Amino acid sequence: MSDLFYLVTLLPLLGFLVNGLLGKKINNEKITGIIGSLMVFIPFLIASVTFFQLLSFNPEERSIFVNYFSWITAGNLEINYAFLIDPLSMVMVLVITGIGFLIHVYSIGYMHGDPGFAKFFAYLNLFIFAMLHLVLADNFLLIFLGWEGVGLCSYLLIGFWYQHKFTGEAAKKAFVMNRIGDVGFMIAMFIIFANFGTLKISEFLPQLEGYPLNDGLLIAIGLLFFLGATGKSAQIPLYTWLPDAMAGPTPVSALIHAATMVTAGIYLVARTSLLYALTPVTTQTIFIIGIVTSLLAGTIAIKQNDIKKVLAYSTVSQLGFMFIALGVFAYHVAVFHLVTHAFFKALMFLGSGSVIHGMKDEQDIRYMGGLKRKMKITFITFLIGTLAISGIPPLSGFWSKDEILYKVMSNAGTVYYIIVLISAAITAFYMFRLVSLTFYGKARYNEEKIHPHESSVMTIPLIILAVLSAIGGFIGMPHFLGVPNVFEEWLAPVFSKSYSVFESFQPSVEHSVSFEIILILISVIVASVVSWYAFKKFSKQETFEEESGFGKVLENKYYVDEVYDTVVVEPIKNVSDKFLWNIFDVKIIDGVINGIANYFSKLSFDWRKLQTGIVQDYTAISVAGVIAIILYLLLK
Amino acid sequence: MIPNILSILIFLPVVLAIPVLFFKKESETLIKSYTLGVSILTFMVSLLLFINFDASTGQFQFVEKTKWINFINTNYFVGIDGISLLLILLSTFIIPLTIIASWKTIKTKVKAFYFLMLLMLGGLIGVFCALDLLLFYVFWEFILIPMYFMIGIWGSENRIYATVKFFIYTVSGSVLLLVGIIWLGFLALPILGTFSTDLIELKSVSYNLPVDSQIYLFILFTLSFMIKVPLFPLHTWLPDAHVQAPTAGSVILASLLLKMGTYALIRFSLTLFPAGFVELTPYFAALSVIGIIYGALLSIVQKDMKKLVAYSSVSHMGFIVLGTFALTAEAIQGSVIQMINHGLSTGALFLIVGILYERRHTKEIAKYGGVMKVMPVFSVIFLIVVMSSIGLPGLNGFIGEFLVLIGSFYSPNLGSHWYAIISTTVVIFAAVYLLWLYQRIMLGPLDKEENKNIKDINKTELVTLIPLVIFIVWIGVQPNTFLKVTEKSVEQIIVNIKTVTPKFNHLIGD
Repeated sequence: MSDLFYLVTLLPLLGFLVNGLLGKKINNEKITGIIGSLMVFIPFLIASVTFFQLLSFNPEERSIFVNYFSWITAGNLEINYAFLIDPLSMVMVLVITGIGFLIHVYSIGYMHGDPGFAKFFAYLNLFIFAMLHLVLADNFLLIFLGWEGVGLCSYLLIGFWYQHKFTGEAAKKAFVMNRIGDVGFMIAMFIIFANFGTLKISEFLPQLEGYPLNDGLLIAIGLLFFLGATGKSAQIPLYTWLPDAMAGPTPVSALIHAATMVTAGIYLVARTSLLYALTPVTTQTIFIIGIVTSLLAGTIAIKQNDIKKVLAYSTVSQLGFMFIALGVFAYHVAVFHLVTHAFFKALMFLGSGSVIHGMKDEQDIRYMGGLKRKMKITFITFLIGTLAISGIPPLSGFWSKDEILYKVMSNAGTVYYIIVLISAAITAFYMFRLVSLTFYGKARYNEEKIHPHESSVMTIPLIILAVLSAIGGFIGMPHFLGVPNVFEEWLAPVFSKSYSVFESFQPSVEHSVSFEIILILISVIVASVVSWYAFKKFSKQETFEEESGFGKVLENKYYVDEVYDTVVVEPIKNVSDKFLWNIFDVKIIDGVINGIANYFSKLSFDWRKLQTGIVQDYTAISVAGVIAIILYLLLK
Repeated sequence: MIPNILSILIFLPVVLAIPVLFFKKESETLIKSYTLGVSILTFMVSLLLFINFDASTGQFQFVEKTKWINFINTNYFVGIDGISLLLILLSTFIIPLTIIASWKTIKTKVKAFYFLMLLMLGGLIGVFCALDLLLFYVFWEFILIPMYFMIGIWGSENRIYATVKFFIYTVSGSVLLLVGIIWLGFLALPILGTFSTDLIELKSVSYNLPVDSQIYLFILFTLSFMIKVPLFPLHTWLPDAHVQAPTAGSVILASLLLKMGTYALIRFSLTLFPAGFVELTPYFAALSVIGIIYGALLSIVQKDMKKLVAYSSVSHMGFIVLGTFALTAEAIQGSVIQMINHGLSTGALFLIVGILYERRHTKEIAKYGGVMKVMPVFSVIFLIVVMSSIGLPGLNGFIGEFLVLIGSFYSPNLGSHWYAIISTTVVIFAAVYLLWLYQRIMLGPLDKEENKNIKDINKTELVTLIPLVIFIVWIGVQPNTFLKVTEKSVEQIIVNIKTVTPKFNHLIGD
């Protein structure tokens, strides 16, 4: 099957070209939609077959290397266009094409009637194309191609409804914030090339073996890659673009800004896990950033009223959970949460899209309420998603979040466990606030004008995702239950070296089964109590007051955007405009240049006066000259 | 293979320019078609050159050498390596496009305009072929004349100030260059037994000079080149010249004329005075880095589209200079490909500005907004060019920048990682100024009455931009087509320096 594998990336590109170039000519939503969806579905099928093929191999042999052509050759630099198909990239490819396909189908309904319908599908296909490069590439530069490519698609799709004033701004913000992280990514590549002579991951990682712990060079590389990850995966300090990115159409938020692109940072760290296992300092940094981000975004989410903004901050917070997992050396757990999160967050974004669609573009949950009767499928599926993210057993999010909590407990200690548990409780709280305000209580919208409804193209993907969100966690159940953790086993070959490094400096702690059960009980109780409390509190709320005090700070997102503006953006603009350009360039450099020019022009103007045009003057001067020469010769 | 193909290339457009003078003033279409035909013919001959070029050697090829001025022992001496070849191809490729771009926009003194275009083409090819310093100098100065008139006659309101500034800036550089050439020629006397301006012969002279003299000579040569680039702080002529020049003038200026400076830096300064080159590296590298950041910062705050692109050129050209001074194979290869990239992307940006200007007669960014709605096709091309200039992987701009940066990072000659690290941050600013430009022009509500009726890009304009877009994508996806051409030439340059100045060996990447 690997000889057909090139189609996995080629077909989305084809879809992009067909819909992008001929979309206007085809001018048929059905054909465009079907082409766009098929170009993701066929790769999904091929990837599935490849998956089973890998499964038939011995675990250690489950990686296929395919080299297509040479991309860049200069000096000692040799970059190939080559893919690495291994358990990790396989998981990512299945998520991207599988969920990607569902979202394509959903979009046929959601984007119906939009003048940019074909363009939308072209961009979505281009995104899939770029994202697949990101996860399949075997060298950092090709990852970077995908990395920047998804950034471009994100830019295009956030700004898709370009006529609005805000979308262009949000799109640019996303791109620029990501670029700040990309500087880190690039410099990390420079360091690797200078010190290891390669950008191939399969040549770089083996060279790390034998390095001492916390080697300065590796810390630098690790932190720089992580800077890139904070951009793409919306972590402190570069997270502020993601909430604004909600300006894009909702399927985009589901696909790019929840399920796939924003997990690129997690993927990058997991891919180079050996680097991070060898540098506990870097890993601790990731851990702290993950914790603070999850708390910060979670608390903001409590006070947001835009349905998509709540989900956006929730995404930032959940990505924080994944980094927490990476920060306690639990790489497969991070990927596990990545997968379950992809299910339930894509589900809820699509659900919110269904709500927005049915509510005639209303996004403010203060003006919703009581939708559960009118949008039954949306409601039930959304509720499943909410239960999953809140960590209610046996839904998928429960298993992944619980494993994170467990790993934090055993690898970082009780204090951190409690902090992360609080963050998980906050998740349950804002999610049930969202569900209650949207679907329960009385209708707070004008029922004469708005008649909420759902459409079937959109509900089918919801149902499939709901099923996945419900049962998807069973692939990664803890060992003590007596069932195999198939997910962990599947990824084991990828992370085995990193885990043995980790165990070399921190021997694994074996907890008793009863201890594990107690932990699970604690988190289930916390999640259920908080969910119930939030449900009680908000399902009957009818009036909304102005926020004040800390609530206002939360509603205004801790004023981080404003701080960035005043501290970074405005000073750069002002210095560039008022000093560098108008003073340094125009006054000083040009002043000097023009000064010299004027000086010479004045000089020649003055000297011109010597040429009086009177013969007597010239004669006099000549005679004076002759006398001067004679005098000089005489006196020499 | 055609004998004397280089001479044919140089003189074909020059000789065939003469008939233009005899065409009737009224038969404008004839003049235009004829000029376009000649430029395309030249392009095809240059393709022959490309086909017959042997990329497996770094030696000069297609060499022609005949006596020119006997009493100073100066030859008509031309020949090319891979670097020259790419720049010749760029010139013969860009000029026909600018002729098409001028088709409807140049309305006065049509005859003179197209005559000058052809002279320019010949002169440019000459610059990139000449292997004799005096011959090079003649071509170098020759280019000034058509450009001077192009801005002076067909420019905007403030053209006289801009032309004079442009002229004085470059001529003062040229004077130094001439002094340098003559001085070096005399230094050859005791060693070669004769005055010489022959690049190959002079190598054996200059390598034996004491470091001091090499430094002085290096400065005399390089200053004039750096004015042309332009290297910060010698750049202030560029924004003025660009703002005043007609579209074709801006395109030629940015795509081709600036490259004369960076080309000459590699061909002459680096080849002749390696000791001076190495000694002065910290200063020039620092100025390049400052220029890279400075140009980008100034681009952010520009209100005039052309000024914005002009300052972005200062930033992009800084990469080329930095890469050259890095003296590693990756970085120099990157510099050369960056010359081509900048020619394509910035050329395209100026064409784009020209297209907008034709419709709204203003270059002020604030006068636009939401134009995507009325110019959907144009908006796609504009975006591709913007992304190319931002350095998006998969398009051309990235290849050059990345190679320069990765080669500079470990460069022993630069001796510090910081040049590359600081320069890398420019990818943020580039995104800011270009995306903000795009946003203010194309996105947002179409709220200005004057913009509501403008027409989308027409066929002629498409013809000028599509070829550029093709190469923007080509170089991004398959840069090896072009990297291969320069590989051996760059290797040769590095080997040369290694053999003549072994004490620098530790400074040069391998």
